[in-house]
Amino acid sequence: MEAVFAILVGLFFAAGIYLMLSRHIIRILLGVVLFGNAVNLLIFTNGRIIREVPPIIAEGLDVPAGAVVNPLPQALILTAIVISFCFFCFLLVLAYRAYQEIGTDDTDSMRVAEPVDDGLPPMGY
Amino acid sequence: MAVQGEIVDKAAAMVAGPIASVDWLVIAPVVLPIIGGAVLLLIRHSIRWHAVLALVVLVVMVGANGLLLQRVLATGPVSMTMGSWLPPFGISFTADVLGAAFSLTASLVAFVCCAYSLRDIDATGRRYGFYPFLMLMMAGVSGAFLTGDMFNLYVWFEVFLISSFGLLILGSDKAQIDGATKYAILNLVGTTLFLIATGYLYGTFGTLNMADLATRAGQIGTAAPLMTLATLYLLAFGMKAAAFPLNFWLPASYHTPPVITGALFGGLLTKVGIYALLRTLVMIFAAERLVLAGLIGWVAVATMLIGALGALAQSDIRRIAGFLVISGVGIMLAGIALGSNGGLSGAIFYALHSMLALSALYLLGGLMRQRGGSFSLHSLSGLYGASPFLAALAFIISLAVAGLPPGSGLWPKVMLVRASLDSGAWQIAAAILVSGFLATVALGRVLILAFWREAPGDKASSDKTAAAGPMSAPGCSALVVLVAAMLAMGVLPEPFIRLSTAAASGLLDASAYIQAVFPAGSGS
Repeated sequence: MEAVFAILVGLFFAAGIYLMLSRHIIRILLGVVLFGNAVNLLIFTNGRIIREVPPIIAEGLDVPAGAVVNPLPQALILTAIVISFCFFCFLLVLAYRAYQEIGTDDTDSMRVAEPVDDGLPPMGY
Repeated sequence: MAVQGEIVDKAAAMVAGPIASVDWLVIAPVVLPIIGGAVLLLIRHSIRWHAVLALVVLVVMVGANGLLLQRVLATGPVSMTMGSWLPPFGISFTADVLGAAFSLTASLVAFVCCAYSLRDIDATGRRYGFYPFLMLMMAGVSGAFLTGDMFNLYVWFEVFLISSFGLLILGSDKAQIDGATKYAILNLVGTTLFLIATGYLYGTFGTLNMADLATRAGQIGTAAPLMTLATLYLLAFGMKAAAFPLNFWLPASYHTPPVITGALFGGLLTKVGIYALLRTLVMIFAAERLVLAGLIGWVAVATMLIGALGALAQSDIRRIAGFLVISGVGIMLAGIALGSNGGLSGAIFYALHSMLALSALYLLGGLMRQRGGSFSLHSLSGLYGASPFLAALAFIISLAVAGLPPGSGLWPKVMLVRASLDSGAWQIAAAILVSGFLATVALGRVLILAFWREAPGDKASSDKTAAAGPMSAPGCSALVVLVAAMLAMGVLPEPFIRLSTAAASGLLDASAYIQAVFPAGSGS
């Protein structure tokens, strides 16, 4: 099971990075989503993958009786999902706003903050 | 983590007695701005209270950080674990000299910037939440400096990152939106890399507590992919710190927001990346840092030179400051590459100096704009005649940033050059000196063109641009405070050298840090 997940995570990473190499903001954002979910799956796989055994310690014992899934990585993912979802929403709005203001989503022509023809500082008095 | 089949003593997992009230000091610098930010959001319509409340919170924060640093210097690192758990089960906050010193300097810079903002941030900026964002960013920055847990460090990174997005787009200028898009995407990729590394870290070690990690990294054996982890952290934090091939988000964005935001970012945010590099590469992955030292050294050289050359090519004073931030990051990376006590204390001292100096440089740009009506060297002129006071401040700030006496930049550079010559890394020593020279030229040009050059004669003084006017009193006093602190660092460097040396020793020999988290010395 872990091997399948490892391959899946690799595919997610590959697709995410491929999309992020694009010049268009919207593809970059889709790449960011895939990238973020690849990480979530990666951490999920870290915590061992077993079906239908809740990590509950029976009464009278101090440790679980059999092998159970480590719940901590799932708690970590929960945090990471919330954070990356917020960021994605923010970035979507920001990208749309940038499209409205600058009129393009091509990163090559987004040169308002760093104009191409900025010129050099004065060379003398 | 409990091993299967062992009998676990529950008393070993929980704190039995009450926590001494003095221990709360460790989380005070984080709790105060969070509460402050929450209160500011509650009263978001009463904008006249915002600045006052933020200033009060920041003053208390500076006080709490000062007490914390004093306590850490006196008794060694202090630790507190959340929810009455014992480490490594709960999330630990651990303050050592490094974290407390960075946190204190950061809160001081934030206080000064907040004082500067009194006139600079108008009602619209306040209504859109400048001060709540400032508070939450400070919570994130202090949290990052004081936490003792890798995943918690990630969370604090995200807290200050999302607040910095808010600050960056405040005003919604065209250039701001453009800069913020690049800043947001590249920084999000950086923190995602950090999260990947942390996922692998937990999979490898089964713990996220930094003291626990520092104990185990030496014992875990060669089969564990520690080299991969260290390289991933170098990549992630190098991106946050704006090290050379990963620095392009910084010059694209830092000059676009109001100058006060640039001052906060340029002073604080890259240093959080440097701090995280110090914590991971020096304290936890010490053996792996040794392998990476050559790479980090060349990255440092490239960052210093690219930053300084970039500063030479700019005519906007905020963009010059942005490239000097990058150059400074290279100098701190050089200390991490050297890894000796001298090199690390130089880097730490430089980080403390550059928090003050680069914020001061941005604020200086703001005052020059107020007095001269522009940020551009093409149109600024005659400022020395207009305000000798501002010219004196600019002169001292330029000396400090370029690393010339009596500014605060001299001593850390002396320490770093000596440390690099001691370890035979001539290229690092040469790069520090050359980048210092280039920064002197870049800032010297600002002084000559903006201050010394006579105002154009054909257009008499009545023809000043409409934007020019008197400088704001809070702005001037804020800058005077920063300049005074920088002069103190430059003229009386002894206490700061002692402080940085103590911080570096605490990183190189983490036993006191580990002892503070695990008092029994048992690990886990």
